Amino acid sequence: MVWLSGAALALSLMMMLGLVGYIAVKGLGFFWPSPIVQVQTTEGLILGEISAQEKAHGSDPAKTQFRVCNRDLYGQDYRWVPSAEIQALQRPLDAVLIERLENGPFIGFIQENTGDKLSLRTVDGQTLEVPSGQVVRIIPSNALGVVGKSRVYASRLWEFVAGAPRESNTEGGVFPAIFGTVMMVLLMSIAVVPLGVLAALFLREYARQGWVIRALRIAVNNLAGVPSIVFGIFGLGFFIYTVGGTLDQIFFSQKLPTPTFGTGGILWASLTLALLTVPVVIVSTEEALASVPRSQREASLALGATKWQTIWKVVLPGALPGILTGLVLAMARGAGEVAPLMLTGVVKLAPSMPLDGSFPFLHLDRKFMHLGFHIYDVGFQSPNSEAAKPMVFMTTLLLLLIVLLLNLAALRLRSKLRARVGGSSF
Amino acid sequence: MSTGVLDMELELEAKHPPAAMPRYRDMPLTDRAVLEAPNMVSVEDLNLFYGSKQALHGINLEVRKNTVMALIGPSGCGKSTLLRCINRMNDLIDNVKIDGRIRVGESDIYAPDVDVIGLRMRMGMVFQKSNPFPKSIYENVAYGLRVQGVKNRAVLDEAVERSLISAGLWDEVKDRLNESGLGLSGGQQQRLCIARALAVKPEVLLMDEPCSALDPLATSRIEELIFELKRDFTIVIVTHNMQQAARVSDFTAFFWMGKLIEVGLTEKLFTNPRERMTEDYISGRFG
Repeated sequence: MVWLSGAALALSLMMMLGLVGYIAVKGLGFFWPSPIVQVQTTEGLILGEISAQEKAHGSDPAKTQFRVCNRDLYGQDYRWVPSAEIQALQRPLDAVLIERLENGPFIGFIQENTGDKLSLRTVDGQTLEVPSGQVVRIIPSNALGVVGKSRVYASRLWEFVAGAPRESNTEGGVFPAIFGTVMMVLLMSIAVVPLGVLAALFLREYARQGWVIRALRIAVNNLAGVPSIVFGIFGLGFFIYTVGGTLDQIFFSQKLPTPTFGTGGILWASLTLALLTVPVVIVSTEEALASVPRSQREASLALGATKWQTIWKVVLPGALPGILTGLVLAMARGAGEVAPLMLTGVVKLAPSMPLDGSFPFLHLDRKFMHLGFHIYDVGFQSPNSEAAKPMVFMTTLLLLLIVLLLNLAALRLRSKLRARVGGSSF
Repeated sequence: MSTGVLDMELELEAKHPPAAMPRYRDMPLTDRAVLEAPNMVSVEDLNLFYGSKQALHGINLEVRKNTVMALIGPSGCGKSTLLRCINRMNDLIDNVKIDGRIRVGESDIYAPDVDVIGLRMRMGMVFQKSNPFPKSIYENVAYGLRVQGVKNRAVLDEAVERSLISAGLWDEVKDRLNESGLGLSGGQQQRLCIARALAVKPEVLLMDEPCSALDPLATSRIEELIFELKRDFTIVIVTHNMQQAARVSDFTAFFWMGKLIEVGLTEKLFTNPRERMTEDYISGRFG
């Protein structure tokens, strides 16, 4: 039995490590400049990065995929070439990869750099000019040493984390999505903790324990199993159309029919997620309340404290570590949800962030970007999903990292509190 | 094996030389103050039911002011239940039904208009297992005043110091009042709980086997403390330890199966009990 349970644990750990490792390798490798190779085929010269290789399947010969870029000239970024046709493989030192603001990267050679524009030539002789303002960075991959490549890597990584997206999210950074995700989770936490803790207090401390409360408790647990899209629909119907619509009628009637709160926004998305995660908080808070020793409640009551004073001064502080455990679980769940957000305020590209320098600074009615939705959008809704694949891996990695960071922060807070409170076993 | 016990006794003797030990044991039997003290707590015809099970049967008991009343008897005889009736802690348990009366001073504490919170402020309680709050030593002692709404720092400081001195803990903790109460030893924790109960200046101190989880040394400190405290408080103590009852109390009440079998001056009850059952119990023949 020991072996069986150990093996089960090992298997799940391995699967999780495998998943994270796969994502990390696929994503992190993307920013490292690949060598640019030039090959001779029956169709002419090809210049590009080798992006994939396929073995022969039956009558299909073995093929090699090249990332040739130059979407504006070739119509596509990638080309498949039968491996047998490849000849005269070489790495021209003067070949460059130029990242542009539009039309994806260019691979070819620089003919002339006048300062305000670049004259470029592709390997098959086509020429084009690119204004310098359009150039993000020029990478002579074959001429760079490890240090140079590391520089490019760091610069790309920084752009990814801190920059805004370009080219319908397939290039550039995801900063607005990071910001939106973190902000939404924080707003959700602000909403879910009081709601969950008060509900748990009622269930555990005030309500008369009987079949009604037992049934309620089962209902709360079942609520955690309701598909998240159902919460999304509820959020849309209740928060956006009913509450938001009413708010608009009362406070923003001069703007109608353009809705202010009557449309998706970060507030409604956060509240919807708070509803989705409140069962987690209720369950762990209840357990935490139950773990506060009866002797301490009695000591407080015997000193003439009222029930509420006892709860506020003795029970809640003792239960705080457990309540925070619930919050950690809720945050982890909330940060990873996408489906309900699609109905309540997430967008592919938000023109402005929910927090900025213009009054009133916090714009709860604004739509926002979210990493989870970004993964879905870039990976499956993008016109050029092949080119965006590495972005999907990177975004996934980032989302995992953010969930990890949020959890670590909450765990730290919890261990600090526990050291202060002492004893309590959560 | 016996060396351990012997060592402990020697240590005890070293700290409390025999000459000092009987100090509170040879209290004169005919202390007029004890015999003539007014009633502080009167229990009259008290019956208590847990659901349909009767736990106390027609109890009549009087506790005099500034005396120590020990409640003894085998486990489950109802002595703790009676103690918890006096500050209405049994209200917290569902399905408890009480008839009869308990008077503290002049007022009936089960009268319908009684303020239970106010009553509990007048009754200090010390529990079997020390239960300090996971707060600092200072906040533990100040808790009772804080829930009464006292915010004045000087008042709190004075009460904390006075209570810790009364509980004989001040010298040990005065330099670390801001450390957690959970960091103290078992005996210190129990004295902290006593200080916490004293801080609100209760009229009656209810002690539910306060020494059952303590070693002999800590026990003797608490017993000395009880002897000191009765100058200012009226004390009701539940104990399983008959030597303890004999050492600390002025009056002893013996319970058996929810009934009060015998109550009287401790010296008399232990040397010359009226009831056969009492004699059997205190001589260790049953229970």
